[in-house]
Amino acid sequence: MELHKLTAHELTNLIAKKKTSVKEVAEDLLKRIERTEKKVKALCLVDKQDVLAQCEQLEKGPRKGKLFGVPVVIKDNICVAGQDTTCSSRILKGFKPPYDATVVSRLKQEGALILARANMDEFAFGSSCETSCYGPTHNPWDLKRIPGGSSGGSAASVAADETILALGSDTGGSIRQPAALCGVVGLKPTYGRVSRYGLIAFASSLDQIGPFAKDVEDAALLLNVISGHDLMDSTCAEEKVPDYTKNLKPDVKGLKIGIPKEYFAKGLDNEVKTQVAAALDVLTGLGAKVKEISLPHTEYAVADYYILATAEASSNLARFDGVQYGHRRAKPSDLIEMYFKTRGEGLGEEAKRRIILGTYALSSGYYDAYYLRALKVRRLIKEDFDAAFKKVDCLITPTSPTAAFKIGERTDDPLAMYLSDIYTISVNLAGLPAISLPCGLNSEGLPVGLQVIARAFDEQTMLRTAFAFEQNTEHHKKRPNV
Amino acid sequence: MYRVVIGLEVHAHLATRSKCFCGCSTEFGQRPNSQSCPVCLGLPGSLPVLNEEALKLAIKAALALDCKISKLIKFDRKNYFYPDLPKNFQISQYDLPVASGGSLSIDTGTGPRRIRIRRAHLEEDAGKLIHEKGQSLVDFNRCGMPLLEVVSEPEIASADEANEYLVRLKRILKYLEVSDCNMEEGSLRCDANISLSQEGSKELGEKVELKNMNSFKGVKQALEYEIKRQGKLLDQKKRIVQETRLWNSEENKTEVMRSKEEAHDYRYFPEPDLVPFILSEAYIKEIEKSLPELSQAKASRFVREYKIPEYDANVLTADKYLSQYFENCVKIYNSPKVISNWIMSELLAQLNARNIEVRHLKLKPKTFVTLLKMIETGEISGKIAKEILPEVLDGKKEPGDIVRDRGLSQISDSGKLDRIIEQVVKDNPKPVEDYRGGKANAFGFLVGQIMRASRGQANPELANKLLKKKLEEGKDA
Repeated sequence: MELHKLTAHELTNLIAKKKTSVKEVAEDLLKRIERTEKKVKALCLVDKQDVLAQCEQLEKGPRKGKLFGVPVVIKDNICVAGQDTTCSSRILKGFKPPYDATVVSRLKQEGALILARANMDEFAFGSSCETSCYGPTHNPWDLKRIPGGSSGGSAASVAADETILALGSDTGGSIRQPAALCGVVGLKPTYGRVSRYGLIAFASSLDQIGPFAKDVEDAALLLNVISGHDLMDSTCAEEKVPDYTKNLKPDVKGLKIGIPKEYFAKGLDNEVKTQVAAALDVLTGLGAKVKEISLPHTEYAVADYYILATAEASSNLARFDGVQYGHRRAKPSDLIEMYFKTRGEGLGEEAKRRIILGTYALSSGYYDAYYLRALKVRRLIKEDFDAAFKKVDCLITPTSPTAAFKIGERTDDPLAMYLSDIYTISVNLAGLPAISLPCGLNSEGLPVGLQVIARAFDEQTMLRTAFAFEQNTEHHKKRPNV
Repeated sequence: MYRVVIGLEVHAHLATRSKCFCGCSTEFGQRPNSQSCPVCLGLPGSLPVLNEEALKLAIKAALALDCKISKLIKFDRKNYFYPDLPKNFQISQYDLPVASGGSLSIDTGTGPRRIRIRRAHLEEDAGKLIHEKGQSLVDFNRCGMPLLEVVSEPEIASADEANEYLVRLKRILKYLEVSDCNMEEGSLRCDANISLSQEGSKELGEKVELKNMNSFKGVKQALEYEIKRQGKLLDQKKRIVQETRLWNSEENKTEVMRSKEEAHDYRYFPEPDLVPFILSEAYIKEIEKSLPELSQAKASRFVREYKIPEYDANVLTADKYLSQYFENCVKIYNSPKVISNWIMSELLAQLNARNIEVRHLKLKPKTFVTLLKMIETGEISGKIAKEILPEVLDGKKEPGDIVRDRGLSQISDSGKLDRIIEQVVKDNPKPVEDYRGGKANAFGFLVGQIMRASRGQANPELANKLLKKKLEEGKDA
């Protein structure tokens, strides 16, 4: 049986009925990884012995949990106790956190198998998974292309059937954009829905951990497991967590869908536009009502984001100084040299660029003009959404303006790269939940993603809309040939 | 003469059991790095969570300093690189301190004066660097401890006033048990800024910041040194440079640490890991209700209620536990002035000599009062009471038992005393002669001899009476 092709809800069923075992699942996936990983390079750490040891523990234990025996790949910026967690950066090589991120301990509690670590853009800085110190990840649909980023490894590993589920993190689109480009489901929860404790911060006020899956039901299942209040994270909401799988119904009758006109303007690839329009037809066919709305401050989102996110990043990344862990310049002559050379050697180009940008935005004399103004714009962007959600129940947009581009195509043009996230960034600034799901292939056979955005903490409406679309189409069943 | 303008920044460790943003213990003097966790070590992925007790203590102190409490509690990051700061930023409060606009009354030579307090804010402490054998080591036990930074307005006018301000501030913080204010353990630290300008001039002079003063004495000395140094420069019509200077307590001088140009740009911005929140009126009221009577109010009450001199009241209320001790004594023995005298002259001397804090005193008020009552009833003399006091300090013995066991009770039996007096008169013919010849001060000498012969047990009043009678008798003979 090709267990790696299954979904989590199919797999837990088989395991519960004893039609397969945790070990069988693990071995099948490890075999699959061996076959495809040389081409895809989605994973930066696979510890077979550890996986088999986990299998043994799981078999011996109480054999229960919502994800019992389900392999999950973890993005390299989420701490797993005792396991290298490097953010795909040289500066964190050899760093083994002494603790599990809250999401990881919740996975373990529910019997999940921590299968491998996913490659990513260094510190989640990127939209193509090319800035990793381990080298780029390749898109399973076309190995010459990028998988998207920064959670490119998570998306590609799910798309290539190297895992059943994966966790990523999304600061400006880092889950949804690679999900779209790899033809899988990627969900960015409401800010505060999932604990960030143990997620190595890029931009604390924007970061959120979320699931990658092969279908909407699996995404809902994984969201159930990782959601909920955590005493270790003050930004994690005390809001009640509904059962996302139980309430999953393919029903959009009477649902009011908003189409932000600014998202269908210049820069949107024609084929993507066509696919999204077709998706909207499916939903209206199911009884949803579509209405054009406006998010007038959309044009400022990317600029706004690159001030706020880099400002926070410049401070969050200050701790990588070689004092306690990770890379340290060998035999520095003094403290200043230790700082300069450790960071100079340890951090990549894009990380340096963002630290410099962020430091500049926070500097005295520039703070008011950049950081403070950006905070105000952020509020305006949020108010755009508030106004929209007075009229509609959810928004539908393309996830990415184009399908996957070629490796190397945008590495020399940071601005072009930053525009990859033009449809995803506003959602982070407003703290809203959004999901990307496959809505077809373009003429080159590359996946196109559909984004559904909902009100804060209304993941249910978002999931219901996505589920209705998915259950009435076949896009999610398509897999690349690797 | 120049006008001296001083502002003080005091950092006090808040007396919480756990650190400001994690659950690690705050106990002093433990094995290096034994009190650390991913949060206070700033390990990647860890997040701070505010210790509510730290906020409560900060509010308590702020209320006692007549500050306005900010309804919105918000934290900011202060960014700078140093190896004792594991995140390379400090969680602090920048534009919205928990408290602002308070004041503190100090005693100047010419009467009381209020020094305004600009702000008080909550922040986390850094770790400690240890340099030895060409290596630098860092101990993070202190890292993340909650600090309250109290910033005065620049309106302190002399080194003495600065000292007075610190004494008063420390008294309040200790009274409230907000901080133990132990300078040796680093739980109270002080930076100062000082400028000198021409008397009468409206403009302030260039500001010099002083750091590294490890005691109140150090603060005073550093300020005195700076006043002289800057005064000399101004005398010579030289400019004072705005800079930060360190106090060198070994050489008794200040040295340049960094110039204005080298000053850090801390790039403060709101701490995104801690969500701002609103304090309810009721929450602040609740804390206000829990405030104890503060020393100044208590001193006035002592003067009013117990009719003791202001000086006594100030001494007794300087320490919260001492004031409680006094009041407990008065409750069972209504002689406030006697108790006050004995506490101030005898008890405190004994405690100081032994380096015992009042709150650790084992001697119960009841036992202490018993001793004083024994003097009143004539059972023992004051002199004997002073001798007994050290022996009952540890709370193990009763004064009555000591007096009985060692036969120390006062001799008030005239027959017994007469025999002693007779002996003294016989042994000291010369002074006896002198007295009878009209030298009155010989009498005192003879009383002394009686006290000595009775090992201090002679009832002084009775001894005086009987001696006088005896000497007069001899005159007649």
